[in-house]
Amino acid sequence: MAAGTIKPRDASELRQAVEWALNDGVTLDVRGGGSKLDLGKPMQCNQVLDVSGISGIVDYAPEELVVTLRAGTPMREVEALLAQRNQMLAFEPPDLGPLLGRAPGEGTLVGAVMGNLAGPRRLSAGAARDHLLGFSGVNGRGEAFKSGGRVMKNVTGYDLSKLLAGSWGTLAVLDEVSVKVLPAPDQTRTLLLHGLDDAAAVPAMCAAMGSPHEISGAAHVGDKTALRIEGVAPSVEARLKGLRELLVASGAAMDELGTLESRTFWREVRDVAPLDADADAIVWRLSCPPTEGPVIVARIRAQRPSAKAFYDWSGGLVWLALPPTADADHLLVRAALGATGGHATLIRAPETTRASVPVLHPQSPALAALAARVKESLDPKGLFNPGRMV
Amino acid sequence: MQMPPLDPDILRRRGAIVAALQAIVPGEGVIDDLDGMRPYECDALSAYRQMPLVVVLPETVGQVASILRYCQDHQVKVVPRGAGTSLSGGSMPVGDAILLGMAKFNRVLEIDYANRCARVQPGVTNLGVTKAVEHEGFYYAPDPSSQIACSIGGNVAENSGGVHCLKYGLTTNNLLGIEMVLMNGEVVRLGGKHLDSGGYDLLGLMTGSEGLLGVVTEVTVRLLRKPSTARAVLLGFPTEAGAADCVAAVIASGIIPGGMEMMDKDAVQCAENYVGAGYPLDAEGLLIVELDGPEVEVDYLVARVEEIARGRGATTVRVSRDEQERVLFWAGRKAAFPAVGQITPDYMCLDGSVPRGRLVEVLGEMRLMSKTYGLRVVNVFHAGDGNLHPLILFDANDPDELRRAEEFGADILRLCVRVGGVLTGEHGVGIEKRDLMGVQFTEIDLDQQMRVKCAFDPDHLLNPGKVFPKLRRCAELGRVTVHDNKLPFPDIPRF
Repeated sequence: MAAGTIKPRDASELRQAVEWALNDGVTLDVRGGGSKLDLGKPMQCNQVLDVSGISGIVDYAPEELVVTLRAGTPMREVEALLAQRNQMLAFEPPDLGPLLGRAPGEGTLVGAVMGNLAGPRRLSAGAARDHLLGFSGVNGRGEAFKSGGRVMKNVTGYDLSKLLAGSWGTLAVLDEVSVKVLPAPDQTRTLLLHGLDDAAAVPAMCAAMGSPHEISGAAHVGDKTALRIEGVAPSVEARLKGLRELLVASGAAMDELGTLESRTFWREVRDVAPLDADADAIVWRLSCPPTEGPVIVARIRAQRPSAKAFYDWSGGLVWLALPPTADADHLLVRAALGATGGHATLIRAPETTRASVPVLHPQSPALAALAARVKESLDPKGLFNPGRMV
Repeated sequence: MQMPPLDPDILRRRGAIVAALQAIVPGEGVIDDLDGMRPYECDALSAYRQMPLVVVLPETVGQVASILRYCQDHQVKVVPRGAGTSLSGGSMPVGDAILLGMAKFNRVLEIDYANRCARVQPGVTNLGVTKAVEHEGFYYAPDPSSQIACSIGGNVAENSGGVHCLKYGLTTNNLLGIEMVLMNGEVVRLGGKHLDSGGYDLLGLMTGSEGLLGVVTEVTVRLLRKPSTARAVLLGFPTEAGAADCVAAVIASGIIPGGMEMMDKDAVQCAENYVGAGYPLDAEGLLIVELDGPEVEVDYLVARVEEIARGRGATTVRVSRDEQERVLFWAGRKAAFPAVGQITPDYMCLDGSVPRGRLVEVLGEMRLMSKTYGLRVVNVFHAGDGNLHPLILFDANDPDELRRAEEFGADILRLCVRVGGVLTGEHGVGIEKRDLMGVQFTEIDLDQQMRVKCAFDPDHLLNPGKVFPKLRRCAELGRVTVHDNKLPFPDIPRF
């Protein structure tokens, strides 16, 4: 456990705190809202660096499609602000709090960026990485630095925003980010197909994704296969009609969810609610080629018949719940991914399991060595979240 | 433009280097005679020319790995090159460096419609990907104007954009995976047919790294279904401010057009004379707004855009009646650069990005600078995402005009940064904007970027002289200074 918490109030104090840690050889457990403390490899740090005190919206320009905010700003504050102008974070960041046994709404936007999280709209709009336009922060040398900017198109210098997104706080501590926002859709409707099994559902979703009907969500939960259509009213109507015609061949019974029901349904998919019920189950998140999703799940079910799974991203994101075991069946899960490519992340497991099992997908020796050199280039003394990624 | 001085030791060892390359790539793959190397002496930033040490055109990943390992072991610099269409000198040869051409990697390896992706070699052209899949109704979204010639590998290196990236993103948003060779000869795969990375997003870092980190040998791109309908709307305004207001109002109303381009009066005039697209010659600012999607949606959005434009004082509102007319509306815009080329011996094309809200102010300041420097400037730009392409007209045969054009260009880019924008939106830094990097970044920012390069290329052998105004050795950059005096920082709250 960390000996104490240091809570800077602005970028200058943040830099001083890191400089102090560097001078004293203190490792830092970097956190914002703390919503994902139970996700990832447990760490032994000397000190907690809590950035939640560096909070607030710096600038919001709806017609520029950009919001600039401080690192500790709660997600709910950002979402409420954007909703006033009918805009949204198009990557649909999940709130994993409830899945991880915490209250909903504790997360920060930067926390979602640090995990490169994305919800069902990942398919059509991208992940957090695709929406982070720029940042400023402090590297492991105690230096304030920045990358990117506030404009949509920018190729000036390396795109360190991509590197920081998904780095789980191991490369630098951010104090400010600029994020791309998009107009919220006027209408949201969902076409539901009933009764398809996994092997039939994924081809149906892939056919929908390959159609001109602009699907913004494709999930298969239980015996329901859901396809989301968003946009202006006449377009939504026409695309739903076209989609129904396209999928007649699947033989499935179809009905629709309206805007409000759709919001609830997709929020539950986003936050992994279908796997929430059994608090003891081990939860994995697998990213794979969409058509491989059901193949991988079948391999796992052959060994663990009680495994529960649902699919997002047209089959390319598998959420998997397994009965509790000390090693989380990590060898089984990763072998099931096989040679097709992809990665499996252990999302929920007891602390002892997360300490002994690789939470993130193991990399080839050359890639792991490269990742270690990249870490060193930003945090040479390993101050930030040591062990979380490298 | 100063390039690093040539290393006499490398020049002396040229014979041995050529022989070593010939041992790796047999047959015609090594070009070391002057006539043979001539086509490689510049890229699309043709004002700057330099013969390479030798050209090598490998055909296999194994050969690329062997070449890079040889270069690392023997401390020979390497300039990677795709189709050589960089507008910033990103693939310009260096006199003491091997030019590593990837043109022979020109095959489409796999098309996977169910998973909506294609695996291609880096020498395949951007348009070649779309050509390979369009019979099934699919396409590859990023469409830089050089798409007929530019290679996918080059697109990865430059994070290329195009007129449709407001809605569909740049290269970085449309890639799923790459295979690449590191300077030490190691081959790594990043991503694949799945989304996102389980580790650091090195694919995102590689995209737009301008050939300074590794050599891409395979690319997996995301394919999209072609929209069923596309229509273009021509909107002419009596003032540039009116046109810029209209751009902001369209976006504020919740519409993200497939493309939204703006041209100033001079650009309209040139383009109209060149292709006869039917542009209104009285407009001070012309917008081309393209809306794509299902037909009913396009009809609905076209009507809304028309309404917004009229509310902002548009004097011309014309909607393309058919595909032929849509293509014609675009023809003028797409030919704008060559059209401007008709009225001037030379022009310099810039590429800054600014917040949309500052467009009018930036245009006004540019006009004032134009008077100061005594050089005309014509403006064509991606208004939807604030990416400017000012063209400075000059005569390269007049050394003073060239000097003034360069200074004018630098001033415009400084202006972009001053209003909250950036030096380059899609063309890259290369050699062209290298010396202006300090305008946008602090020395600490640049040192940090160079340290990231050190993780890939510890001896700065890949694409030397590009992007960074001054190179510092990795050993020096890697030193960590720890202060002796332990600072208590008593003011920061602790618990």
